[in-house]
Amino acid sequence: MEHTSLLERILRGVALTLVVIFFMFPIVWIFMMSFQTNETILRIPPQLVFKPTLANYTALITGKLTTAAGTLDIAFMRNLWNSVFLSVTSVAVALLLGVPAAYAFARHKFRGSEDIAFTLLSFRFAPALLVLLPLTLYFQKLGLANTYIGLIWVYQLICLPLILWIVRGYFEDIPADIEYAYRIAGHSWFATFRKIALPLAGPGIAAAGLLAFIFAWNNFVFALVLASADKQPVTVGALAFITSSGIQYGQISAAIVLSITPTLALALYAQRYLVEGLSLGAVKG
Amino acid sequence: MSQSALAISGVDKFYGPIDRGVHAVQNLTIEIDKGEIVALLGSSGCGKTSTLRMIAGFEEVSRGTISVAGRKVHTLAPVKRNVAMAFEGYSLYPPLTVRENMAFALKAAKLPKSEVDAKVASIAKLLEIEDILERYPSSISGGQQQRASLGRALIRQADLHLLDEPMGQLEPQLRAVLRGRIKHFIKERGLTAILVTHDQTEANALADRIAVMEGGVLQQFDTPDMLKQRPANLFTGTFVGEPPMNVFEAYIGAAADKINLRLPDGLSLDYDKDAFSGAVRDELLKRERVVIGIRPYAVRRSKDGVPATVSANQWLGDQTHIAADFAGGSLVLVEHDRTRLELGAPINVSIDPKNLHVFDQSSGAAISHGMELA
Repeated sequence: MEHTSLLERILRGVALTLVVIFFMFPIVWIFMMSFQTNETILRIPPQLVFKPTLANYTALITGKLTTAAGTLDIAFMRNLWNSVFLSVTSVAVALLLGVPAAYAFARHKFRGSEDIAFTLLSFRFAPALLVLLPLTLYFQKLGLANTYIGLIWVYQLICLPLILWIVRGYFEDIPADIEYAYRIAGHSWFATFRKIALPLAGPGIAAAGLLAFIFAWNNFVFALVLASADKQPVTVGALAFITSSGIQYGQISAAIVLSITPTLALALYAQRYLVEGLSLGAVKG
Repeated sequence: MSQSALAISGVDKFYGPIDRGVHAVQNLTIEIDKGEIVALLGSSGCGKTSTLRMIAGFEEVSRGTISVAGRKVHTLAPVKRNVAMAFEGYSLYPPLTVRENMAFALKAAKLPKSEVDAKVASIAKLLEIEDILERYPSSISGGQQQRASLGRALIRQADLHLLDEPMGQLEPQLRAVLRGRIKHFIKERGLTAILVTHDQTEANALADRIAVMEGGVLQQFDTPDMLKQRPANLFTGTFVGEPPMNVFEAYIGAAADKINLRLPDGLSLDYDKDAFSGAVRDELLKRERVVIGIRPYAVRRSKDGVPATVSANQWLGDQTHIAADFAGGSLVLVEHDRTRLELGAPINVSIDPKNLHVFDQSSGAAISHGMELA
C-alpha cells in the first residue's frame, strides 16, 4: 500500500461521501416516495418519518389506479414485460449479428470495411426524430408498425453500433498470433473464432451487451411513436401516471423502482465481467 | 527427383495492391531439403517474417508458389499445410497451462494420452521447463513463455517447423545450451526447420544454410562458411561476420608488375601481379574503381605495411579489438593475444591478397575473393 497522510485519507473520505450522496440521493428519495401517498409526498416541509404504505405497489401490480376522479386501468406490468422482452430480444439479435461482424472488422481489412463500420456507427449520430417520421410511414406500409418485430428492428439502431464498436476493440486487443497458433495446430477459422476469440473477448462482449441493454431499456422516443399501448415499454407507459386529476407521484416512484431494478441488478451482477474486461491487457505478451 | 521439404518459387509479397503496394518480398526462390535447418537472416523489415508467415498461411502470397513436401500449399488454409510454428510473441493460450498449451495440437490430432504425456515430458526436459508445466502463461517469465511456445511447435510431427525468433528472450547461457540441444533434437528426428532471426550467432550455430535477406530481396543462400568466405555482394559481406568487414573504396592502378589499390589519404596497397590469378587480375584491371573488403581477422600488423593510427583498443577476454584511423576511415583488426597499444600509437598494417574481397563499385556484386573469382 502507498503511504497516505491522515488528512489525505479524511479528504478522500469526504469527497467519496459527497459523490455517493450526489448519485444515490435521487434513488433513495424515490425509493422512499414509493412507500408514501401523494399527501405525505407533497407535504411541506418534506418529512423523513412517515407511515409506509404498499398501496402504490398494489395498484401497479393489480393494474387498478385509484385517483380522486375514479379508478383507472393501467398496464404497468404489461409495460414492464414489454421492456424486458424488447430489450432482451434486441440485445440478443444485436449480439448475434454484431459479434461476428465486429470480428470481421477487427481481423479482416477488406475494401470499404472502414466505411461500412463507420456507416453503422453513424446510425447513432442521427437524431431519432429525424428518422422517425419516414420510419413510421414505412412501418405502416410494411405492416411493422406496432409489432414487436418492428420495434426490435428499430432498436438495432441503438444496440448494433454499440456492440459492434465496443466488441471490435476487444477483438483487436487479442494478439492475432494466438489465433494463428490455434489455426496452425489444426483448426478451422470458425473453430478459432469460437474457441479462442469469443472466450478471450467474453468480458468485452458481456460489457457491450450490458450497455446495449441499458440503452435499449431507457429508450423512449422510438417506442412512443412506433408502439401503441399493448407494446409499450415502461418508459412510455409511465406517462399514464400523469392523469387528468393530477400526477400520481407515489405510483410513479413505485414504477420507477420496479423499472430500474432489472438494470441495476444486471449491472451489479455483470460488474465482475466489466472488471475482467479491463484486465484483458494481461493477455498481451 | 528427390522431393524438397519446401520450395518457394518466384514469390512476391505486396502489402496493398499488387505492383503498387509495399513490395515486402521480391521474387523469392528458395528450395530446402528434407532434414535441413535453414535460417532466414536479416535486419528488421527485410521480409524474413513476411516470408515465414506466407509459408504458414497467415499472409497471402501475392505472386508465385509455395510447396511443402511436394504439395502446393500457398492457397490452402493454415490448418491444411501441416506446418508447426513458434511465434515471436509466444502466443500461448492464456486459459491453458503450459502443459495443456504444449499438448494441445497432439490432443487435437487424437493421440493417446500416454503418448502425449511422454512427448510433453521429453520436450519439457529438453527446454528445462519441467517445473512450470502446471502454471499459466500469465504467471511465468518471458523467457519461460518463449520456451513453452517453442516446445509447442517442436512437439508436433509436421512437414515443416517454422521458428520465428525462437530464442530472443532467453538468457545468453541458456540460449547457448538450448541451441545445441534443439539442433540435436531436430536432426535426430529428421525434422525440417526454418528459423527467422536477426542474430547471426544463432543462425551460424543452428543452420545448415542461411538465407540472407535485405529490402525484400534474397541476397545469398549458402552455408555459414561460404557466406563468410565468399559473400556474393557487399551487403552480405558487411552484414555477416562479427566484427563487421572493413570496407574501403579504392582506385585500381597498374604499374610494371604491380597492381595498386589506391586508397584515400594517399595510401596504396601494392601487390605483385602474380599475387592474383590471371582471371582475377583481368577483372580488376577492367575497372577503375572498386570496393575492397577485409575481415578484421585477416588484417595483420607488420613493419613494412601501410601506416595507421590506433583510435581504440579493447581486450574482450579472449581477443583484442583494435580500431585504427586508416585511409580516411576506420579499420578494425582482431588479434588473439592481449595487445596493449597506446591511443594515437602508429602501427603498420598489411593485408594478404588471399584475404581481400573485391566488390563492384556500383552494383556491389562480388568480383573476387582473394585469389579466386567470385
